[in-house]
Amino acid sequence: MLGELGQLALCFALGLSLVMAVAGLLGARADAPNSELARSIASASTMGMMVFVVLAFGVLLTAFVTSDFSIAAVANNSHTLKPLIYKITGVWGNHEGSMLLWVLVLSLYAGAVAAMGRGGARLTSAALGVQGLLAVAFLLFILFTSNPFLRLDPAPFEGAGLNPLLQDPGLAIHPPMLYAGYVGLSASFSYAAAALIVGEAGWVRAARPFMLIAWIALTCGIALGSWWAYYELGWGGFWFWDPVENASLMPWLVATALLHSALATEKSGAFRTWTLLLAIGGFSLSLIGTFLVRSGVLSSVHAFASDPTRGFFIMVLIFVAIGGALGLFAWRAPTLQGGATFETVSRESALLLNNVFLVGACAAVFIGTLYPLALDAATGQKISVGPPYYALTFAPIFFALLLLVPFGPQLGWRRGDHKAAFRALLPALGVAGVAAVAVLAIASPRTLTGMLSFAVAGWLIGASILDFLKRKGARASAFAAALAHAGLGVTLMGVAGTTLWRSEALDVMGPGETMKVGPYILRFDGVAQVRGPNFQATQAQLALMDGGRVVTVLRPEKRVYPAEGQEVADTAIRTTVVRDLYLALGDDRGNGRWTVRAYVSPLAPFIWLGALVMSAGGFLSLWGRLRVKLAAPSPVTQPAE
Amino acid sequence: MSRILLFLLLLTASAPAFAAPVADTFADRATETRARALQRQLRCLVCQGESIDESGATLAADLRHLVRQQIADGQSDRQIKDYLVARYGVFILMQPPLQPDTYLLWIAPFAVLIGAGGIAFWAIRRARPTGAEPL
Repeated sequence: MLGELGQLALCFALGLSLVMAVAGLLGARADAPNSELARSIASASTMGMMVFVVLAFGVLLTAFVTSDFSIAAVANNSHTLKPLIYKITGVWGNHEGSMLLWVLVLSLYAGAVAAMGRGGARLTSAALGVQGLLAVAFLLFILFTSNPFLRLDPAPFEGAGLNPLLQDPGLAIHPPMLYAGYVGLSASFSYAAAALIVGEAGWVRAARPFMLIAWIALTCGIALGSWWAYYELGWGGFWFWDPVENASLMPWLVATALLHSALATEKSGAFRTWTLLLAIGGFSLSLIGTFLVRSGVLSSVHAFASDPTRGFFIMVLIFVAIGGALGLFAWRAPTLQGGATFETVSRESALLLNNVFLVGACAAVFIGTLYPLALDAATGQKISVGPPYYALTFAPIFFALLLLVPFGPQLGWRRGDHKAAFRALLPALGVAGVAAVAVLAIASPRTLTGMLSFAVAGWLIGASILDFLKRKGARASAFAAALAHAGLGVTLMGVAGTTLWRSEALDVMGPGETMKVGPYILRFDGVAQVRGPNFQATQAQLALMDGGRVVTVLRPEKRVYPAEGQEVADTAIRTTVVRDLYLALGDDRGNGRWTVRAYVSPLAPFIWLGALVMSAGGFLSLWGRLRVKLAAPSPVTQPAE
Repeated sequence: MSRILLFLLLLTASAPAFAAPVADTFADRATETRARALQRQLRCLVCQGESIDESGATLAADLRHLVRQQIADGQSDRQIKDYLVARYGVFILMQPPLQPDTYLLWIAPFAVLIGAGGIAFWAIRRARPTGAEPL
């Protein structure tokens, strides 16, 4: 009964999104007699569509929480013994549910555009029309290839459980966060397409809050995913250049470029067409990412099921969406030409240079991810594109970008003074020098990369502090860029610290024996059996020693999930802000002896701390936008006079 | 699957090579560093993009053993990689080799960067207040 309700809600949502697409696009016309009516219909059907998708999602959520195994998605991915939180996260821990989450996020953004979208009525209407087309495509995809409400008859007595790797608090919020970013770019995409349709250049102002929300969510989502990989996969790495990770990094790089380019477009009318192209490109990469992850082209913890029809469907969808948008761009963009002028040395030029490097970095990730697939398909030759490739392509391009970051905020709009900018940045150069010398003095081994990384981090953070000081007393949003750029420096320190100076030890230890890793001495105090709600764990006790005193006890585990029949390691991490002590329990070597892996990762927490600081910068900018809007409502909300 | 079978077959075929025991770690620090660096450049063939250095798979452990055996036998990094590539293909190398079918892979990121730079240069020049007058 419940399942049919969900199915019905999805069908209604599909119908309403069709209405939304047609009415939205009709409402974009300037002087047709009924366009006013069409706009109201588009707005109302958007809200209706949103309500039905929320309803469908609620139904699936209820089915998971109540363990209704007559629904296939629940039976295949849940279990009565699972803790409540993982029953909930199980909703998107499978292909069907995660696609429903995708559409849920899409519909929420559509609702937000309809309810709060600023900009002309025609622009909003066209944006809803495009958003409606996307909803139609994805709802068709769900109903025909990935129905989450498919029934099982007879219903099994117990579910198959959820991949234990996914039963983790970090992963509980990672997918919704990432989707809020991925799919959030659809709002920018729809606005860009709408701007091309109605020929309105003012779309950037309307789309900017959505760009910011998507960017913040992407930043947090990627950071969460990387954090999860760090503590869950058991060997202390935080980024693998796995195609699935790359699929989320590419939209982030383009979204970052978009935020910067849109700034120039909004401020001085520069780069109008380029900003449109980035808005289209950002969401296109989200779609390609979805294809890579969901089609089964890549097999990983993210690819829940591989089914060629799904891959084919998404591929067609991508071609139509991207091709359509680019066609529209080629046809209509020339009409939006802006006549903005600026000097060679100016904020505009700096923002454009930022875009050049971000696009180059994105190209490295794009090619590194897709080239092996293409080569295999074309010639059958299998190659691996691993971390060394990105170290030689992505890293130098991104490094060059970081070097240039501090100049942007120092240059004026339209006309900047590079000499004054240099002079203003001299103290930051000093900070960079101090950071480099400090690293040479403290860190061992001494590496050129380490010295350079810290010099650049010091340069970024120093310049951000200067920027802060320069703007003292300004509105909070004026500090957004400084904060985000400082976050880059913080993350860079974490990445350098962890990659260059990580110490590790691998030992087989019996009770009472000790091992040394970095500055720490650990004593193995044996293992104990521990029962979790739905797993059985072998838990090792390791005492962190200081002289004869026990500072703290760390308990890495190996968990066996009987329902899923899988074994998963659960690491123990002791973090002080400047370093992580990281323990993973290995194999039973008999006679009470176990393999223990230990890492000391200097500055590891900085990686995610930096991402948090970057998002905080995004929030400041968003906050400034919302406040300005509250203070002075846009003309749209006021009756025309 | 066939890769694993192939490997098991290879293991039995080359059994004498494994007869001499090799320690999990080399006592000599420089050799150990070299072994670890080499392990990081080799892909675990049955894992998700992990190197044999970090993978917990049995195959990775066997490959680590093989690498260490060859280092102990005095083979150079180059020779060891060639040996492994001859058996498993270039797929085992984390860094794709520079050869005709990967030229594009290596050049494209920089080509895009230079292309984007060229477009930016053109856009900046065109936007100069004086240069914009004729339009």
